[in-house]
Amino acid sequence: MTLDLALFWIPALVALASTLLVITRKNAAHALIYLVVSLLSVAVIFFVLGAPFAAALEVVIYAGAIVVLFLFVVMMLNLGNTSVMRESRWLRPGMWVAPAILVSVLLITMVYVIVGLPDANVTKGEMVGPKAVGNELFRPYLLAVELAGFLLLAALIGAYHLGRRYLEQRREP
Amino acid sequence: MAIEVPVEHVLLVAAALFLLGLLGVLVRRNIIFLLMSLEVMMNSAGLAFIAAGAKWGAPDGQIMFMLILALAAAEVAVALGLVLQISRRFDTLDVDAASELNG
Repeated sequence: MTLDLALFWIPALVALASTLLVITRKNAAHALIYLVVSLLSVAVIFFVLGAPFAAALEVVIYAGAIVVLFLFVVMMLNLGNTSVMRESRWLRPGMWVAPAILVSVLLITMVYVIVGLPDANVTKGEMVGPKAVGNELFRPYLLAVELAGFLLLAALIGAYHLGRRYLEQRREP
Repeated sequence: MAIEVPVEHVLLVAAALFLLGLLGVLVRRNIIFLLMSLEVMMNSAGLAFIAAGAKWGAPDGQIMFMLILALAAAEVAVALGLVLQISRRFDTLDVDAASELNG
């Protein structure tokens, strides 16, 4: 049991620490690298909890595609030393106090509720592989898959529209 | 091989990650950092779903995670297009620059 707990808590602590670094960095590229570390450690947690397919998707789509999209935009905007200086002007240490207090009140409430759950809930400790996920996904959840497809199509058209106007305006001068 | 962990611990980590993301959204003014914090929040919601799925040994948690993944990908694609527009029009990444409601 202690080994199991260590297997869960080591990636969990890495995830928490790297997420804290993400929200405090001033350089966007550094924050993105810490975001990759955070997402990869969450993927390790998924694997440890017995969800290997979700872990693979987390690595491929979150840490791969989404972060690369962020990196492309950061490179296009050409953020350099001036943006780091502007960021430290925006981010005075005193600004952290009030939001941190509010968020820790929420955290204390949630810890109280979660710890006070009546009976001990332990995960089953069995792998749920891609076959089971696919069986479930394309039978009862088929409508949700179609809706996700619509959402992605709408996002594709929206992103194309926004990005195309950006490129045209840029070419003008 | 998977392990047996109390679900409470996983939920605590998910809650802490969510609140760290919320703290980032509240404090930061740079829109790129706001979007990164939103990603962290959605990821922690996915972690809670995976924990619930692992509790029952059912694939439903992973399916919900995949739907969250599709939502996050769609959100990030549109939002980064908006970031390009904002940086083009206002020449800054400050979210407060885009606070006026006229085109």
